[in-house]
This record gives sequence, C-alpha cells and structure tokens, in this order.
Amino acid sequence: MKKTKNTLKRILEDFYLVLIMVFLYAPIATLMVLSFSNSKSRTQWGGFTLRWYGEMFESATIMTALQNTLVIAFASALIATVIGTAAAIAINSMKPLSRSIIMGITNIPMLNADIVTGISLMLAFIAFGISLGFKTILIAHITFNIPYVILSVMPKLKQTSKSVYEAAMDLGASPLYAFFRVVFPDILPGVLSGFLLAFTMSLDDFIITHFTKGAGINTLSTLIYSEVRRGIKPSMYALSTIIFAAVLTLLIITNFAPQKKFEK
Amino acid sequence: MGSLIDLINVSKSFDGTLVLDDLNLSVKENTFVTLLGPSGCGKTTTLRIIGGFEHADTGKVIFDGQDISNLPPNKRQLNTVFQKYALFTHMNIAENIAFGLKIRNKPRAYIQDKIRYALKLVNLDGFENRSVDSLSGGQQQRIAIARAIVNEPRVLLLDEPLGALDLKLRQDMQYELIRLKNELGITFIYVTHDQEEALTMSDTIVVMNQGYIQQMGTPEQIYNEPENAFVADFIGESNIVHGTMIRDELVEIFGARFACVDKGFGTNAPVDVVIRAEDIDLVSPEEGTLTGVCTHLIFKGVHYEMEVTTPDGFEWLVHSTDMCPVGQAVGIHVDPFDIQIMNKPESEDEEAVGVNE
Amino acid sequence: MSKKLLSGPYLIWMAGFTVIPLILILYYGLTDRSGAFTMANVVSIATAEHAKALWLSMGLSLVSTVICLVLAYPLAMILRKRNVGKGSFVVFIFILPMWMNFLLRTLAWQTLLERNGVINGILTALRLPTQSLINTPGAIILGMVYNFLPFMVLPIYNVLCKIDDNTIYAAQDLGADFWQTLFRIWFPLSLPGVISGITMVFVPALTTFVISNLLGGSKILLIGNVIEQEFTRGSNWHLGSGLSLVLMVFILASMALIAKYDKNGEGTAF
Repeated sequence: MKKTKNTLKRILEDFYLVLIMVFLYAPIATLMVLSFSNSKSRTQWGGFTLRWYGEMFESATIMTALQNTLVIAFASALIATVIGTAAAIAINSMKPLSRSIIMGITNIPMLNADIVTGISLMLAFIAFGISLGFKTILIAHITFNIPYVILSVMPKLKQTSKSVYEAAMDLGASPLYAFFRVVFPDILPGVLSGFLLAFTMSLDDFIITHFTKGAGINTLSTLIYSEVRRGIKPSMYALSTIIFAAVLTLLIITNFAPQKKFEK
Repeated sequence: MGSLIDLINVSKSFDGTLVLDDLNLSVKENTFVTLLGPSGCGKTTTLRIIGGFEHADTGKVIFDGQDISNLPPNKRQLNTVFQKYALFTHMNIAENIAFGLKIRNKPRAYIQDKIRYALKLVNLDGFENRSVDSLSGGQQQRIAIARAIVNEPRVLLLDEPLGALDLKLRQDMQYELIRLKNELGITFIYVTHDQEEALTMSDTIVVMNQGYIQQMGTPEQIYNEPENAFVADFIGESNIVHGTMIRDELVEIFGARFACVDKGFGTNAPVDVVIRAEDIDLVSPEEGTLTGVCTHLIFKGVHYEMEVTTPDGFEWLVHSTDMCPVGQAVGIHVDPFDIQIMNKPESEDEEAVGVNE
Repeated sequence: MSKKLLSGPYLIWMAGFTVIPLILILYYGLTDRSGAFTMANVVSIATAEHAKALWLSMGLSLVSTVICLVLAYPLAMILRKRNVGKGSFVVFIFILPMWMNFLLRTLAWQTLLERNGVINGILTALRLPTQSLINTPGAIILGMVYNFLPFMVLPIYNVLCKIDDNTIYAAQDLGADFWQTLFRIWFPLSLPGVISGITMVFVPALTTFVISNLLGGSKILLIGNVIEQEFTRGSNWHLGSGLSLVLMVFILASMALIAKYDKNGEGTAF
C-alpha cells in the first residue's frame, strides 16, 4: 500500500515536471516550427520550406544585427569577466563592512529594474557627452554583466581554502605564481560560468540596449522590436532556431562530457 | 520482561548492495543497547529503520507488540538524536525544544515547564533565548537530547551523537548519558563505532559487521568471551593466531603447548586462539612457554606497548606496565583463563564476516 | 595590500556607470526643464492616468509573483528530491530558453494565444468554445510568469539544496507531518531564497513595458509603458525620471527586505 502511494506520488511529480517543461519550451518549439513554415502567417502552416534560412543569410540588416549582438555579447562578457574576477578577489580579502557595502552596490544593477538602469545610463552618457551607439551599448552591457561574474566567482573563492594559497607560497611560489597555479584553477569553474552567464544576459537583453543604442545601430533584440509592428520576418525565426540549436549542442558537449570524467 | 522493539528478518539493500541481511534483534524495555561496528556495517541503517527514515525491503519492525513497519517517523513513539544535532537554526533554544510539544498541541504552561525541566536535565538552565549558532558543539548536542526527551519517548535513538565532540567532552557526555538514562528510565538505542564508548555505557552491546550481528551480550561478555575473530579483533587489542586443539584444556600454538580452560573442540582440531594484549605476561626466556625478541617499544602512559617477535615470525602485541628494551630476549606466558579458543570459520559466508586483515 | 588594488577598475566602473547615473535620475526627476527644483514630476504619479497604470502594474506583477511562487516552490522541492544529475543541470534547463531571444519567445505566445492560434485550435478540435486570450491582462500575466519563472525557481532551489536532510528528519521524528514540516521547517529555512525570488520576479514584472506591448495590445498601459513613452516619444525626460524615482522606491524597499533576510548572500540565483 505504501509502495503504490509512493508510485502515485512519483507519477504526479513527473507529470508536474513535464508540464513545467512544456510551458517553458512550448514557445521555443513554436518558433522552430514556424521557421520551417512556407507562410508568412504566424498561425498557418504553409508546408515545409528552408526558404527563410536562405533569406536570412542574404539579409544585410539581420547579418549586421547578428554581428553587433555577438561582438557586444562576447566583448562585454570578456571585459566583465576580467574586471569582475579581479574585483571578487579583492572583495573576498576585504573586511566585512567594506565587503557588504561593495556587495550592496554590486546588487544594484541586478535588482534594479532594467528600465531604470537603461534610462539612468542613457542620461549619464548624454551628460558625459558620449554619443549613443556601439560604445554605449558595450559599456551598458559590461555594467550589468559584472555583478553576474562577481556573484559566480565569490562562492568558489570562499570554498578555496586560504591555506592552499599559503602552502604554495610556503613552498617558494611568488604570490602571482601561487595565484595562477593554485587559486585560479580552483575558481575557474566560477569564472567560466560567470562568463557564460554574462554572455547569455547580454545576448538576451533588450530593455537596456533599447535605451542606450541611439539611432543607426541594432542588435537582434532591437531589430526584432522595431519589426514587431510591421510583422516579424520568418527569417528571424530561422536565425533564432540556428542559434538555439548551436548553443544547445555546445552546452551539451561542454556540460556533460567533462562531468562523465569526474563521476567516478 | 518482554521486549519493546523487535526487528524480525529485516533485510535492506541500497543500489543492489546488501546492507542488512536477515537481521533479527530484540531490545528490552529500559535498557541501554549499543549497536557497535565499523562504518558500513549496517548499524546506522538499523537505527534509521527503527526510526522510520528507511523502510526495510523485507521483514518487520515490532514496537510494543504492534507492527510499525509502515508507520511514518512522525507517528512513532520514539525520538532520535542525530549525529550532527540537526537543530533548527531559525529557532531559538526554547523553540527548538518546544517543537515536538507544539506539534502535539500541548498547553503553553506545560511546554514552559518542560523546557525548563529539560534544560535543567542537560545542565543548560537559562539558555532558553539563546540562538543555536551561539552554542558550542557539546551544548548543541545537549539541546538535541533535550529536544528529543521532552516528548517522553519510550525509546531514544542516538546516532553517533558524540562523534563530533573532542575527547574530554566525549567522556563527560558518556557519564551524562548514563545518568540521563537512569533518571528517565527509558530505552536507549545507541550507534557508535567507538568500542570504548560502547563498553562504558551499555547494558547490552550488539556487534555488527557487513550486515550481520556478530555477537550480542553484556560488555563483559563481549570483551572477555568474543565469539569470533571479528569481535575479538574489533573490541580491545588482541592477538589472533592459528592453533591446534590437542585435547580439552590444551592448545598448541607455534609448536608450544598452552594450558587453557576451553573444552569440547575435539582432538587435534584447528582453531583460532585469541589472547588479549594485556593478558600476555612477559617473563624471563627460561620461564616462557614461547620465547621471542622485543622488536618494538612505545610508552603509552598507562602502560607500555611492545611487539615481541617469536622465531616463526609472528609479532605478538603486548601491553604491560613492565618494560622490555628492544632487542632483549623474553619469554611469553599466558594464564589458562586468558586464552580464548574459537572455531575456525567453516563456510564462506562465515569467512566473509571474519577478520578483514 | 596589492589585492585591494584589484578592485580599482571595478570601483571606478561602478561609480561612473551605476552610482552617477542613478544620481542623474534623481536630479532629472526633481527638476523641471529650466533646472529648477520641483516635486511635480514625482507627484504626477497621482494623476488619474499614471495612478491607473501604476495600480495595474502592481496588480499584475503581484499576481504574477504569487503564481511564480506557487509554481516554483513545489518544483524546487521536487528537483531537490530528485537531485537531477547535478545542480548545474537544473540551472541549465532554466537558463537555456534565454538563448532564444526574449522578444521572440514572448511573441511566440501571440501565436499560441491568438484567436485562431494554437491553443484555440486545440480547443476547437476538442469541440470546446474558443477563448479570447490575447490582449488581455491574463495574457500579460502569462507572459510575466513565463519570462520570470526561472528567477523564482533558481534561488529557491539553491537554498533548498543547502538544507540538511537530517533537519527534515528531525522534524518528522518530533512528530511533524508533511504540512507542519513544510510550514515550520522548509519554508522558514528557505525564506532567503523565497525573498530573493520574489524580488527578482516582482521588480522586472512591475517595470516591464515589453510584455504589455507584445501581449497586451495597445490598450493596456503599465507604468513601464508610460515611462518608456516619456523617453522615446513624449520626450519629457524630467517626468519620466520622476516616475522612475517612484518605481525605485518600490525597488529599494525590496532590496531592504533582501538585506534583512539574506545577510550571507545565500539567496542569490546563480
């Protein structure tokens, strides 16, 4: 009797998990289906076609926006990772009071509304006399990416025992050498996940880009937003499908291949 | 007096590994029972099955004549003291202790009384409003005990409760636990891998290994009359050697004949012989039944620990207050009643439960 | 110590691009076009149009937050119990959708919700009456829950994973049944994660203008839409900043809440 009750519970739980997964992934599946539909209508299936994939590569607007998006995501994630990792190391060695003040400021861009962050940055760029464009998007993205890096690296730093670093120095390593050979490998997973998170957030951002981009430059997000009224070209779905599939493959390889090794 | 808890033919495996194999155990009311064994012997699993946190694959748990095998933990009339205390960090001490009573909807005044009583019992009067984090390990352990006993369980289950404490504190707590058990008059089932703890506190010790009960008895029985090589090796420090039972009350070890008190093993039968390290008397070579050379000497405080190597290469472990310098020839003498004879394991099954080394 | 110097670039960056911009909003919000001090921008929240937008935003984001919490808590409990592979796998599942553009994902709900969209198609096939789903407050709530659910699940999941099994066993051992354990042990111990999740859902939901634009049609105006329009169309930046200040009051309140319950930073999502 106990067993059947537990099995029933398990089935219900599985059902719930599946339901949430459907909810999360239904729109994504929809977009993927639409990218193969030979019809501009978003509700009618017009037969299978690869036409949108072809058009996508021919569209200069899409390709430029894609390039902007990727360059900004990569550059902002990289710069944020360098600044953020350095900051995390410094913060970790600070006294509790200054640490909590700085962590409080770090939390601002994470907790603040995107719209307020976007507007405030726009006001600042104009006040500083920086003309809105590629530069300002990049700065804005770095700004909201740094906290993600810090919050990814901090827990790993806390786990790394201080004595390991001290042991390395005791064995004759210089502080810099000790850091890169002993501490850095330990926090590397945090640094990488921080970078990946920053990259993802940058890629997915619309609101802050919307306020800081100025005229004449588009990322994929802002391009899509400007097309909403006119109707989105299905080649946009095609592009998203390719990006999603590529990332999925990449993440499966990087996430699950090394884990196998560590399992035993 | 009947038994309070009975485990009947209990088996349990995790991921295909058998942890308990057809275990039968019966615990009497108002006794201090210790499950003793190395890690992985199944002692904690046994306790968790009694507590209701694991369910046996087969077999039954009987509590006071009733089958409670399928009863969830919250419906069982027993309480557990967990290894790492498992106090509720979001509550203060009084709230921790009151938890079980509030669940049972006891009146406020009753709960207040109980908290005061329990804190007094564990010598922590006035700790009501302290936070869990402000307590030392030993204090947290006392609170964990107080939290369990206010519910007036008929059985208290303790899972290596002293494991995280330092040596001195551990000894103090051993006396506290004995006192508590006597004051409360309830059954304690205690799990430990520490033989000294088990010998100090228990009425009954259950020695377990690899899912089997090896021996069950009073501390004296377990210590003085181990039933097999595993128990002998696990409790105290012993020399276990191969011997031949020449006839009743005479055993041959490494060609030397020792008088003993055991009978009924037949003639010229191979046996295991157990001699405790402290039961070996070092005498002059002429007086010894066996002779050897002292090869190792350490001062241990209460006694010296020595190794005496006999010509056949066996290193005898000897505890003695008399010192024998390294390199000196020495005789070994053992009183007949200090020699313990055991049958050699016959089946492979028994072999599996024997000494690992 | 040289280690402290490592925080230099970060501190300069934060000062220049987080602190100063916020001060600028304060400045704009409290001045008029001539630069004179005024409370008019802030007080304008009380005008019928703005108050209605704020009221609606509060209502919708509150409902979305509650739905997210109700959906996420059992989900996080199940995920903890299953211990699905490793923690990273759970994060993986909830972060992955973000690689499909946020706007497109939300737009896809248009396809699903439209009068002749997928969901109504299924309803018709089942011979049930079709529903008008798109351009309703309900559609906006759905969009909010869809977009922000991961931000509720992850912090709660992370906090739940840190709770020792023995604490739960101890509660059961002391006689607590499932619901008593849930409300007296699980919930209080996971409060940092819950608070963090609530903030991470409530703040973006309260201030969104995109979801209401895409799923609410043009008739439903949220406070985010009002502010956005002041900056992109109406171009009264002072008014927009003033309204942003009002929003920030709510955000600061949530941050204070977090600081109170989450002293060790345990409740962060990632």
